[in-house]
Amino acid sequence: MDLSLKVWRQTSQDAPGEFKTYEAKDVSPDASFLEMLDEVNEHLNGIGEEPIAFDDDCREGICGMCGVMVNGHPHGPQDGTATCQLHMRKFSDGDSITIEPWRATSMPVIRDLIVDRAPLDRIVEAGGYISINTGAAPDANVITIPKEAAEASMDAASCIGCAACIAACPNSAANLFTAAKIGHLSLLPQGQPERWSRVVAMVETMEEYFGSCTNFGECETACPKNISIDFIAMMNRDFVKAQFKNVTKTGQ
Amino acid sequence: MTEDTFTLDAKIPEGPIQEHWDKHKFDAKLVNPANKRKYKIIIIGTGLAGASAAATLGELGYEVEVFTYHDSARRAHSIAAQGGINAAKNYPNDGDSIFRLFYDTVKGGDYRSRESNVYRLAQVSNEIIDQSVAQGVPYAREYGGLLDNRSFGGAQVSRTFYARGQTGQQLLLGAYQALARQIELGTVRLHNRSEMLDIVTKDGRAVGVIIRDLVTGEVTPHSAHAVMLATGGYSNVYFLSTNAMACNGTAVWRAHRKGAFFANASFTQIHPTCIPASDEHQSKLTLMSESLRNDGRIWAPLEEGDYRAPNNIPEEERDYYLERQYPAFGNLAPRDVASRAAMRILDENKGVGPLKNGVYLDFKDAIARLGKAKIEERYGNLFEMYERITDEDPYSVPMRIYPAPHYTMGGLWVDYNLMTTVPGLYALGEANFSDHGANRLGASALMQGVADGYFVIPYTIGEYLADWLNISPVPTDDQAFTEAVAEVDERTERFLSINGNRSVDDFHRELGKIMIEYVGLARHRDGLQKAITEIKAVHEEFWKDLKVLGTADSLNQSLERAGRVADFLEIAELMAIDALNREESCGGHFRLEHQTEEGEARRDDEDYAYVAAWEWKGENWPQTLHKEQLEFEYVALSQRSYK
Repeated sequence: MDLSLKVWRQTSQDAPGEFKTYEAKDVSPDASFLEMLDEVNEHLNGIGEEPIAFDDDCREGICGMCGVMVNGHPHGPQDGTATCQLHMRKFSDGDSITIEPWRATSMPVIRDLIVDRAPLDRIVEAGGYISINTGAAPDANVITIPKEAAEASMDAASCIGCAACIAACPNSAANLFTAAKIGHLSLLPQGQPERWSRVVAMVETMEEYFGSCTNFGECETACPKNISIDFIAMMNRDFVKAQFKNVTKTGQ
Repeated sequence: MTEDTFTLDAKIPEGPIQEHWDKHKFDAKLVNPANKRKYKIIIIGTGLAGASAAATLGELGYEVEVFTYHDSARRAHSIAAQGGINAAKNYPNDGDSIFRLFYDTVKGGDYRSRESNVYRLAQVSNEIIDQSVAQGVPYAREYGGLLDNRSFGGAQVSRTFYARGQTGQQLLLGAYQALARQIELGTVRLHNRSEMLDIVTKDGRAVGVIIRDLVTGEVTPHSAHAVMLATGGYSNVYFLSTNAMACNGTAVWRAHRKGAFFANASFTQIHPTCIPASDEHQSKLTLMSESLRNDGRIWAPLEEGDYRAPNNIPEEERDYYLERQYPAFGNLAPRDVASRAAMRILDENKGVGPLKNGVYLDFKDAIARLGKAKIEERYGNLFEMYERITDEDPYSVPMRIYPAPHYTMGGLWVDYNLMTTVPGLYALGEANFSDHGANRLGASALMQGVADGYFVIPYTIGEYLADWLNISPVPTDDQAFTEAVAEVDERTERFLSINGNRSVDDFHRELGKIMIEYVGLARHRDGLQKAITEIKAVHEEFWKDLKVLGTADSLNQSLERAGRVADFLEIAELMAIDALNREESCGGHFRLEHQTEEGEARRDDEDYAYVAAWEWKGENWPQTLHKEQLEFEYVALSQRSYK
């Protein structure tokens, strides 16, 4: 199939950006979206124009490195699918496709389709862990965990940190990302000792960088791992509880 | 090729193997807590080995600086490991033990790994499960709340712990979180989007690294008391592999050129269950976890040229060839064995799919036995991944699979302390060679990565550091650093100034084709010689006709790739040389000249029970071969049988 691509080009963070149009010819429906971009880049390199820079790595939908806006949708039209797993059979001959980077003030464009997602690491550094040093763990089966809790924790832990939720949000809020990490840990017995201090520290750091959640729910729709906004409700409940019941002092 | 009788000292402790690690830990020099902060350690890579090492060394009080070329430590390719992690817990009460895990791993590696290292790996495997559970890794559970296990290839016990089909992701997030905690505490500094382009040595020891900031292009020297490479494997030398796009061999190859011996370069793993390539433009291949072989049955049509849809082929016209050839292990035969069996099926013209380049992995019987819901719970994300790529529903149509390059058992030679032949330079995880011999068993890569980082290096590093107390790292304005920076700059300039006609990917693809053809699943003397000639030709052409646009002082992905492919071209040649030298078949190294009547690998223990460690001798090859003789005291050398 033949496609017309409108791609955001920007040489550096401070440089002005613009859309440029490229033709993608003879695209195989079995090619992935990023393989289609590879081909365009090979062509550009051949004619002396610098290839389009984009982030990617595993191309299996697990590393969270890739992610662009495809016709205004984070990761494109297919539900529960990262950009790298999107295949061209979802498009038709003659389609025009607009490709943009994630847009959020706290995630500036570094080049073309690449943005700086460092604030997500700052949120995890604020408390997205269980404080245990190597070597200090008890036998693994000393801690019994209800299967349901382990499964729910795993649902949250499936977050790949791609930032599609933030790109989808009209407020550029990072609540789904933050709530997923908090949910992963606070659903487990091991996560209980730091449950209240963790939620306060992570939410406060999140708010330093990102906008506020007003329950649009776009994040859930955009999430390539289908993470539920129920986790945001759980995070909010814990955050409020931590504030008003002074649980950070009493630990429960 | 020149040979040296120089015997490599692996520093294996004396005495019974069960006591090696305890004794070694006791004998190792300690660094007292107040002194640890006087030492600076550089770690390259934030996968399982790198992140776990950085977190643990930070916890101990060392000053740690970590570099990753990703935007975040969480992206490393460990994250893509699917099936699980082995440990000798024996929770299922099915006869497992540390000795059995050790035994299976040595046998699975076709007797080309170092017994003492493997025993230590089996010993610490149990601590890994304890540690990761405490970190909050949400492993699969039984209804009673205890941990669940499943089986992997090459084992007759269930010792694999798993978190759906995302075990690597969850283990890496555990290590990443431990690392994040140390970053917050200020013991570790992380530099993201920073690629190591050279190792700096002075007076024969490693004193630092040269880093290029991938956003600004700035090249900077960094100095430390010790340098650790946890940079993974080099399967991308084949272009099409299951590795992530950026995985590369630059760090280990740069180290090799600075004096670190490169061991068993030709030992690569071609994984039997990957989705077959669909066309010419494919950029990578996707793994379907080995865990699927717990419930899926592998088959091909009995007759050649049977192009009916799989569900139209009746039961009696299907050949469940693994179950037929290896009744004891069946579909859970080890990877090298299963891959070669698939290769034979294609050779017999019984391949399936549009390009006739696969075999079936069928869940029909498992779905009938367990129900679709159970299969979905176990493998849901893998089935979904398959559907996205192939547009076929594996619940109703059998998956198509075929072997693809996946893992490299070869890597930098290290001693029992994980130190390379360059003092002060260490290699962890897939970057080293020591534990998997000629074939890695499934669910053992995660085990080795975290074992090295959490439980081995924190103990063994003291031995080297103790001698450097109160001696500052070499200053970065030392000539050793300024020269190294100049070399890196010069190389970058060279890539940009060739101004030829061909892209980096074009060369990479060409190299990959040579490698898979001649240094892939099956190797032959004539093919290997041909490969060496062809690799040299591509290499020469690369430096004449490469076209890299853009500048050095900005984010330039073609430039990044150019450096990696330039190193792949040299690694490829060493792989072929190593494969040519080894006149035997073992594990993933299958020489057509050396096979049994049944087509299995035939080892030559008399002449080749050694580690081939290659020393760089300058731009004019050949390199010098050093041998480390392997002793097998606890696992008797025998023809591997999985029948």
